[in-house]
Amino acid sequence: MPAFCYHRPDTVEEAAGLLAEYGADAKVLAGGQSLVPLLALRLSHPEHLVDIGRIAGLEAVAAGPDGFTVGAGVRHAAVERSPEAGRAAPLVAAAMPHIGHRAIRNRGTVCGSLAHADPAAELPAVALATGAELVARSSTGERVIPAADFFVGYLTSALDETELLTAVRFPPWPPSTGWSVQEVSRRHGDYALVGLAAVVALDAGGRVERAALSFFGAGATPVRVGEAERVLAGQPAGAAAFAEAAAVVTATIDPPGDNHATAAYRAHVAGVLTRRCLAEAADRARAGGGA
Amino acid sequence: MTAPDRHPLSMTVNGRPVDLVVESRRTLAEVLREDLGLTGTHLACEHGVCGACTVALDGWAARSCLMLALQADGCSVATVESLCLDDGDLSPLQQAMADSHSFQCAFCAPGFLMTVHCLLAERPDLTRAEIREELSGNLCRCTGYQSIVDGVEAAIAALGHAHPSAL
Repeated sequence: MPAFCYHRPDTVEEAAGLLAEYGADAKVLAGGQSLVPLLALRLSHPEHLVDIGRIAGLEAVAAGPDGFTVGAGVRHAAVERSPEAGRAAPLVAAAMPHIGHRAIRNRGTVCGSLAHADPAAELPAVALATGAELVARSSTGERVIPAADFFVGYLTSALDETELLTAVRFPPWPPSTGWSVQEVSRRHGDYALVGLAAVVALDAGGRVERAALSFFGAGATPVRVGEAERVLAGQPAGAAAFAEAAAVVTATIDPPGDNHATAAYRAHVAGVLTRRCLAEAADRARAGGGA
Repeated sequence: MTAPDRHPLSMTVNGRPVDLVVESRRTLAEVLREDLGLTGTHLACEHGVCGACTVALDGWAARSCLMLALQADGCSVATVESLCLDDGDLSPLQQAMADSHSFQCAFCAPGFLMTVHCLLAERPDLTRAEIREELSGNLCRCTGYQSIVDGVEAAIAALGHAHPSAL
């Protein structure tokens, strides 16, 4: 592993000060499950590492009127074991078992995964599907970045090099709203070839009021397919509408091809996942939404 | 060339307090093996894919190659060396896996054992399908997965509803 200068600040202010000082030469270390492999493979060689693992006050996992808030120190396993997550943020809870393996979830953090902005990871797509807000702190202040503006490219977020992601807020879960996270991967825990985080809200008549289809492994960022979401709006929530949306997804989405799967195969799988997720999400919406 | 970036590290390893000064870029696995002589923790892929280096960190399974040693400061670490009983006999988990011929070359064994050790402490009643899913993060290059899953099932049966500390 390349040499670096290790810092372990006790406060957010101290961490922001270090990032202000070292900026482009610094990387933030939280759980390390994405950064440490990059260091081990020498794909990343920061001069300074800012370990935020001991900062008090970043461990909050809280459901309130503002939604479900997860601090930057919170590991996946803490969310996975939180009974509040299933009620307040069921799409987040549903994504958890898909993330890496248990040993990875025991160390990796929710905010770390978001800041890493891997387009094949589950949580960025979940944040995009739910309209999450990401809270960034620098030495000059705090700003809130909507998920729609946060993922700007491959492994690239809207975070400035002097900013620390301190928390993510998932909005309150609306009534009559179902969810589904499904993916196709070569082995459980591997990165998905393609995956989908879906949200479906139904009106009193069982029609789709609103749908969110947020794909991962399908581009340089998580991808919403608005064309298919609009096709669904106002339609009875059933197989015909879901098949129509699936066809739009396969025709619209532009995933990469590599040695694991061709682009055409990924586009096909995206359509299949669209049908499966919409059916599951609609069932959950009819059951009342919320876990 | 600047001087190595070294920091103090205090942790508990297999029940014993350890105080070291380590270079920041060294992983927990490297410090366990090279500084503490605990070579039971194996390193294979060194980027978190194979699971051979799995240890228990404050009771939870963690990849010791995916942690800087300094991240374990103040923590309690248990390695495969901690599993055997005080008199040197194999633990019930180790015995069940040995009896099931779970391991061939056994390079992966420490990682599998620590993964299962942590897992059964939390969920002592796994089905075969759940065992397979939970072990999907550990690789066996001999591909002896059937006998590994057999061994975990045998351990679950042997332990019954014994207290997790009996693992």
